[in-house]
Amino acid sequence: MSGLRVLVPIKRVIDYAVKPRINKSHTGVETAGVKHSMNPFDELSIEEAVRLRERAAKSPTTSPRIADILAFTAGPPKAADALRTALAMGADRGIHVTVADDAPPLEPLGVAKLLAQVAREEKADLVILGKQAIDGDMGQTGQMVAGLLGWGQATQAAQETLKGKLPMVITTDLRLNEPRYASLPNIMKAKKKPVVKRSLEEMGVDVERRLKTVSVEEPPAREGGVKVENVDGMIAKLKELGAL
Amino acid sequence: MSAPNPALRHQVIKIYKELLYLGREYPLGFDYYRPRLKKAFASQVHLEDEEKIKKGIERAEFVKKEIEALYYLKRYRTLRQRYETPTPDPLHSIEDHATQEK
Repeated sequence: MSGLRVLVPIKRVIDYAVKPRINKSHTGVETAGVKHSMNPFDELSIEEAVRLRERAAKSPTTSPRIADILAFTAGPPKAADALRTALAMGADRGIHVTVADDAPPLEPLGVAKLLAQVAREEKADLVILGKQAIDGDMGQTGQMVAGLLGWGQATQAAQETLKGKLPMVITTDLRLNEPRYASLPNIMKAKKKPVVKRSLEEMGVDVERRLKTVSVEEPPAREGGVKVENVDGMIAKLKELGAL
Repeated sequence: MSAPNPALRHQVIKIYKELLYLGREYPLGFDYYRPRLKKAFASQVHLEDEEKIKKGIERAEFVKKEIEALYYLKRYRTLRQRYETPTPDPLHSIEDHATQEK
């Protein structure tokens, strides 16, 4: 075998440090004018792919050579920034399936179908992706990709050691590794790496929405507690609340 | 202004730019970060001895690593708090048990 071909799908999401706000029409969260970055769980997957390559360079006899690390994203034009970060961290090339800014977001099944198609076209041996995106928190895409391709899957990779047969899908969890920072010089170099833009139509995949969002609401505000005078007061209060 | 050693001057400017780039995400804000960074570099402007300049660059590299580590930890801790349940993971206790048996 001449080397493994790794596909790493990533998503551009609202930055983890931003407190999301619900939009006026209660259909989702406000995304306009909000800081975005790469989904943190996807940084772990890029990092892992790059580390596999570095491991192979260090000990070629025990670790398989990584021939290709392909970063993939499907999203609005600005998702290209997240792709650039992936390339700066060490991916070789990128594919960006562009979705219009005002189009409804893709669902896990739609994304999984796109990924399955790309994995087949690019003859990927390994798909490494974040276990979930911190915006929708659906945590389904990886499993669906494995299902559509008929591959094995290892989800929430962190600390346990498992044995699996290639080709396979791995989803990454928080403790897997420490992602490197996409430094300025690497971001600059990443601008020279090839990124292919494709439209949803070109992909010819059915990404029709199957889920219906009824309404998006804030969780109820936490109610304040009460102070009790003494033990008797506390017992009385607990009885009143039905806890005793 | 004439630089005693153009190569070192280039290195200093490079690390300054990298630190400036890092500062965009600084928790206390770029407006807090930038003047302090500038001051830190400006305070060393009198250095002429090449060895001392090299030491300064090393220090800047160290600070860069520290800031990157700070960002990583901040994100890791936030995500751990949001996504990991405080109760012990049953899978881990199985694993602990298995290692004990070995």
